[in-house]
Amino acid sequence: MAGQPAPSTRARARRSIVTVTDLTKTFATRDGGELPVLEGINLDVQPGEIVALLGKSGSGKSTLLRCIAGLVTPSSGTVYYRGKPLQGINPGVSLVFQTFALLPWLTVQQNVELGLEAQGIEPEERSPRALQAIDLIGLDGFESAFPKELSGGMRQRVGFARALVVEPDLLLMDEPFSALDVLTAENLRTELLELWQAGEFPAEAILIVTHNIEEAVLFADRVIVLGTNPGRIRTELQNQLPRPRDRNNPDVGALVDEIYGIMTDRATTEALEKGAEPESGVQHVMLPHASVDGVAGLAELVLAAGGQSDLGDLARVLGFEIDDLFPIIDSMTILAFATVEAGDLVLTDSGKQFAGADIQDSKAIFREAVLQRVPLVRRIERALRHSSDGTLREGFFLDLLHNHYSDDESRAQLDTAIDWARYAELFEYDAAHGEIRLDQPAVQSVSG
Amino acid sequence: MPARGVLRARLTPIDIGVVVAVLVLLYVVVRVGHGVTASFSPHALQHVSTNPARLPYDAVRSLLRMFVGLFLSFVFTLIYGYAAARSRRAERVLVPILDILQSVPVLGFLTITVTVFVGLFPHSELGLEWASIFAIFTAQAWNMTFSFYASLKSLPRELDELSRSLRLTRWQRFWKIEVPNGAIGLVWNGMMSFGGAWFFLVASEAITLHNRTYSLPGLGSFVGAAIAKGDLGAVGAAIGAMFVLVIAVNIMFWRPLVAWSERFRYETTEAQHAQRSVVLGILARSTWPRTVGAARARVAEPLGRAMRILGRDGAEATVTPARQRAGDIAFGVVIAALIAFGAYEGLHYIATTPGAGLGEIPYCFALGAATFGRVCVLLVFATIVWVPIGVWIGLNPRVAQLAQPIVQVLASFPANFVFPFATLAFIELGVSIDIGGILLMALGAQWYILFNVIAGASAIPSDLREAMDMLGVRGWQRWKRLIIPGILSSYVTGGITAAGGAWNASIVAEVVTYHHTTLTAYGLGAYIVKASNEGNKAKLICGVAVMSVYVVVVNRLLWRRLYRLSETRYSL
Repeated sequence: MAGQPAPSTRARARRSIVTVTDLTKTFATRDGGELPVLEGINLDVQPGEIVALLGKSGSGKSTLLRCIAGLVTPSSGTVYYRGKPLQGINPGVSLVFQTFALLPWLTVQQNVELGLEAQGIEPEERSPRALQAIDLIGLDGFESAFPKELSGGMRQRVGFARALVVEPDLLLMDEPFSALDVLTAENLRTELLELWQAGEFPAEAILIVTHNIEEAVLFADRVIVLGTNPGRIRTELQNQLPRPRDRNNPDVGALVDEIYGIMTDRATTEALEKGAEPESGVQHVMLPHASVDGVAGLAELVLAAGGQSDLGDLARVLGFEIDDLFPIIDSMTILAFATVEAGDLVLTDSGKQFAGADIQDSKAIFREAVLQRVPLVRRIERALRHSSDGTLREGFFLDLLHNHYSDDESRAQLDTAIDWARYAELFEYDAAHGEIRLDQPAVQSVSG
Repeated sequence: MPARGVLRARLTPIDIGVVVAVLVLLYVVVRVGHGVTASFSPHALQHVSTNPARLPYDAVRSLLRMFVGLFLSFVFTLIYGYAAARSRRAERVLVPILDILQSVPVLGFLTITVTVFVGLFPHSELGLEWASIFAIFTAQAWNMTFSFYASLKSLPRELDELSRSLRLTRWQRFWKIEVPNGAIGLVWNGMMSFGGAWFFLVASEAITLHNRTYSLPGLGSFVGAAIAKGDLGAVGAAIGAMFVLVIAVNIMFWRPLVAWSERFRYETTEAQHAQRSVVLGILARSTWPRTVGAARARVAEPLGRAMRILGRDGAEATVTPARQRAGDIAFGVVIAALIAFGAYEGLHYIATTPGAGLGEIPYCFALGAATFGRVCVLLVFATIVWVPIGVWIGLNPRVAQLAQPIVQVLASFPANFVFPFATLAFIELGVSIDIGGILLMALGAQWYILFNVIAGASAIPSDLREAMDMLGVRGWQRWKRLIIPGILSSYVTGGITAAGGAWNASIVAEVVTYHHTTLTAYGLGAYIVKASNEGNKAKLICGVAVMSVYVVVVNRLLWRRLYRLSETRYSL
């Protein structure tokens, strides 16, 4: 965008409640380097719209939300509230937490009044306002109850009441329904949308962070998809479908499929792009956090369905959300057991073999696949064979991984690699001493 | 009892630095109290009445002291814990100090603090009262402070985000979030250390200063006078009164408080062993809660508004890393300089005071080795005897329910009450106090091991035990594979407390009197008592410092390592 922004853009900027410009958030690694969680984020939220931030776990979406709320300071870039850059907490937003964050030693009314009390409002004024918010959210009669007495759904309602009673410009929601069971979440979602539609909603706009694609499509006017490692905005989708939206509606289904396709296709391309590094460096295909059981189970399921299955259907049948399903899909793609085509998961030949074989055979197939396609395992195996006694401490590999991942993620990568390799009978692992050694029979059977 | 999560296992330079700093602090205190003559005339010990009719009055006086000490500990906890958790720089100094104060035998300081307080309140009993209260305070404050500090550091992230996003006032955040979050730990630690404080109460009610003994009205001095007169009946009556007092405070105060503090549990599931309290039930049904609540609300509102001047949470404070580091360096240099200067002065004082000299230091270490030997023997025997019993009790829930309050009372009961009987036995049987002292020290310290092992054993998950049953794992194998790993962390907690209690007890157990006979053991405790009797402050500092070094070093090298092991390899 060179030169003067177009008049419509300027008008849009003037109107927007929150604007994020070129936001980057990094954190420091052990050896003093910096790993980006978010990179170059540009977005805005206009009054009267609901925006959904969609992404896998680790995509930085919660961090982005907290940057907008002013709880976290970005490493570079700016967050504007009504045209002014943020200094400290964003005065025009309030937050709904995934785990409700209710104070168990206060009653419902006291919890709801908390923000008003902090603003210095007298009890005579804040009490009726709180009661009104509690009534709005459907908890009339529970004012003097303690959170312990309430179910999960009711607790989150208190969270909503507390956030809405201060009449924010923008309501921020951090996966508000993911700690609730499916039915309660559905109910609460519907009620919230009804309130929004009715036009008396205390906030002007909503920004919701979610990892449930269906939820994003049912809820939002705009869906922003974030990538992982680093988190960049992959796509922004407009969703002009009329409300109330029904998940059985084919348009809704199509949009859900489209988003599934976006999220899986890009993941595969990214993973394979990173894999092709020269011998000297450490190749890194970021291993998804999936267990072998998960991979095997899904493969068998898809095989039973004829070798091909729609992703959205799979998610619904299994009751899985992105964070449960995608790691398994990514694993299958990395191991070349399956591919994703047009929103469908399609088993390859080796995938079909793997799914149909008995334990010993499937282990052999898995071993082949892991050695061929997972560079980290190959590297570990090579290093072990070159060591004097076939044993190496895990710290050695953790240090290598620290160049590319955070402490926790390095640990997770190594754990996943060891888990897969142990199943494949390639390595043995001594957790007490943190040592990896070659599985003796494997020494003979695996060649160069 | 050290709170979890704040233990370090290695002896770092800063630990040594802080030991030196505590020595310096001690020296400063002594210098302040130096030259103050105890120019007043409270009752000498012989004139204390041992009429059992005085027992209720004495009991109330003792109780009053305990609760004033508790209140002061609470206030100290809130301030110190908050400062350590909030300020990075203060934390680096305050936490190690606390760590070491927790290990240092407090009774050794007693004569010094008495001198100071008596100097502040000449011609009245208040000095002695404050000295006694101070002793009680030191028994309780460190545990509670550690617990509060740990709870502040482990505040759930979403509560912190909630407070900042709603921009609660600092006052609001402290009273609505931070203190309630730490409430359960505070109450629990308060209760545990209150039990230990009875010992200090008794030890501090009759104090020997310049070879004269002064006493305060209270159960401890009652017993002391009865011992001096050889009136065993009065001693028995006092022991009975003590039991009643300990149990009554437990039922009327602590158990309701623990039950009430359950409301502060920040977890989605209820605690498994919710404390029930009859007293709390009665109170809840009365109109008291409502009137208290209404009164509190009327005060809290304007107070809260007045405290808005302290500022609101969530304001941005940008500090560049460079400036921070510069500030840290300056701070570190100042502290190091102070410690070095003080250490030099202290050593100089020891070297130049007549009757002392730098040669005392290795002598103290030798004596310390003897006391250390006693502590070791005590711990080994307590382990061999009480661990199996504790495990048996813990694995039987019905027995545990009965036994736990009894053991709690036994742990709270000040062992020094029983000393005269033991001393009499030693004199009659001709047992040397060098050996007998171990028994005396054990009387106070071993209960902590028992108590913690019971708690640890009852926490072993029942499904693990059922699995062992099904697989036919019995006897030594069961102990090796399940029970010992299962109770290890509780045992270590009990062991640390028992060892600390034993060191403190050595100061009252290595020199015991009955009637006109005094038995003196070869050990550091006896050295400290002798030094304080003589009024030789330099020797006193030397003795206490050496004892502190012993405790801290063993703590770091042995107990913390075991604790680390139990937390990583053997955690359930």
